[in-house]
Amino acid sequence: MISIQNVTFHYPDGPDVLQGANLEIRDGEFVAIMGENGAGKTTLVKMFNGLLKPDNGTITVDGIDTRKKSVAQLSRDVGLIFQNPDNQLFAETVAQELAFSLRNFGFSEDVIERRVTSILNTLDLERYEKSSPFVLSGGERKRVALAAILVWDPKHVIMDEPTIGQDYLQKDRLRNFIMQLVSQGKTVVIVTHDVEFVAECMPRVVLLSHGKVIGDGSATTILTNSSLVQQASLVLPQISTLMKNLADLGAPSEIIDAYSARDFVVAQMRRKGEARARPLKS
Amino acid sequence: MAAISARNLSFKYAGAEKPSMENVSVSIEKGEFVILTGPSGCGKTTLCRCLNGLIPNFYSGDLTGNLEVDGVNVAGKTTAELASHVGFVFQNPENQLFSLSVERDVGFGLENMGVPREEAIERVQWAMRATGIFDLRGKAPYELSGGQQQRAAIAGILAMQPKILVLDEPTSFLDPKSAEEIVAAIAKLSHDIGLTTLLVEHRLDIVSRYADRVIVMDEGKVELDGAPGEVYNDRARLIGVGLPRVTMLFHLLRTEGFDVNNPITVEQASDELRRLLTK
Repeated sequence: MISIQNVTFHYPDGPDVLQGANLEIRDGEFVAIMGENGAGKTTLVKMFNGLLKPDNGTITVDGIDTRKKSVAQLSRDVGLIFQNPDNQLFAETVAQELAFSLRNFGFSEDVIERRVTSILNTLDLERYEKSSPFVLSGGERKRVALAAILVWDPKHVIMDEPTIGQDYLQKDRLRNFIMQLVSQGKTVVIVTHDVEFVAECMPRVVLLSHGKVIGDGSATTILTNSSLVQQASLVLPQISTLMKNLADLGAPSEIIDAYSARDFVVAQMRRKGEARARPLKS
Repeated sequence: MAAISARNLSFKYAGAEKPSMENVSVSIEKGEFVILTGPSGCGKTTLCRCLNGLIPNFYSGDLTGNLEVDGVNVAGKTTAELASHVGFVFQNPENQLFSLSVERDVGFGLENMGVPREEAIERVQWAMRATGIFDLRGKAPYELSGGQQQRAAIAGILAMQPKILVLDEPTSFLDPKSAEEIVAAIAKLSHDIGLTTLLVEHRLDIVSRYADRVIVMDEGKVELDGAPGEVYNDRARLIGVGLPRVTMLFHLLRTEGFDVNNPITVEQASDELRRLLTK
């Protein structure tokens, strides 16, 4: 469990980025932290593996205060994937990049080889095994950065803006991959602006604005709340706006994804068809 | 005369096994607002790098074919020479801003081009007003929000008065509200001053309403090219283009056998769905 209690934080000479944030993330939960640019999202998740320590308040990971452990110790359980892969990647080949941390954690060479092969496969990166991470496209580098963390199998996986620069198929693959992690019992926390991605994944959504949690609930509850969404500089999912526009025709306000919207339309049309068919029968 | 005209353009990065771009032929007319999209690694960034001479000046490899930008044959031109014809805006504005004040940053390119002082001041002021950052001119770039920084980067490019603006995923790092605002601002500018705009984007839900045309690339080739409503078809979906979700809904409805159009904005979708449900 990751527990955040009354956390405040400021960068040197800056204002408070976090202003008393409170949040509890239970083991195995899938959570999206959303909010405007500068809301404090990245700052908050950098505290989960101890990269930043709170000014006031406490952060505990599995019961242990992050102030009492090093980043290296915390990282074994908390894998943080950065927003910009270039801040993370450095090795000459993708395979070396992936093996690096495993060596540091003291895994044996045959385990390293097996894990590297398996993660390359999972994230569709096999063909780049021997490539330099720096000749890959932005989206591909992001997947390498993700692989480099997941390869050591941390218990809590934190991804900062994982969908940036990813095309639709990769987002779909990312979603399946997250579901796989969740079904393995891992905690998955994503920081994202991607309203449509969240509308399709349906995680618990935590809205952060100006360093405080202003909303916390299901994706459906939070992403259909116009005033909260606006306060956090997000937009409603397109399908939610569409449903609101058609509320007078009975469109349910809790629908936020295209597939559920289709089901609604199909049911409506069937009902209409039946209503029309009835007089003919009599 | 076309603003951008590429004929059989191909490029293979040094050391790469296969070309990143193959036989690309596109012609973009002056004043057009064009979205360039496609899956990661499809060659769109490679095409953009050719437009301002980064390829072949800074990326070595095999370049063949012909490319004219703003009537200038790109072959043999330096990136600096091309900068007055094509302005470039990148994903991350932090890479483009470095001065102590917004005003200095916006004027930096002009100083380098040797534009006379009076004229430079005038152009900088115009560019800051056009992008809505005039009131921020005294601030340091790091004091700005992501959206404001991207506006400052765009102002710096506009001050150089290019005929063509190329933006490589300029909204990636912005929250949805800032992204919508910046895209609306770009579209208005393009329209008002007749700037040819090539916008590389995945976030089609935000940009589609402004596009005259969408070009979809896949595996180094141009696969689709036309108005958004025509291009956002099953083929685009199979390639992996992230269609606006309302467009996606209408694909699903057609699959169910409903006779519906192909809306690309929420407004169009609302009208179309209302028509269907009240028919």
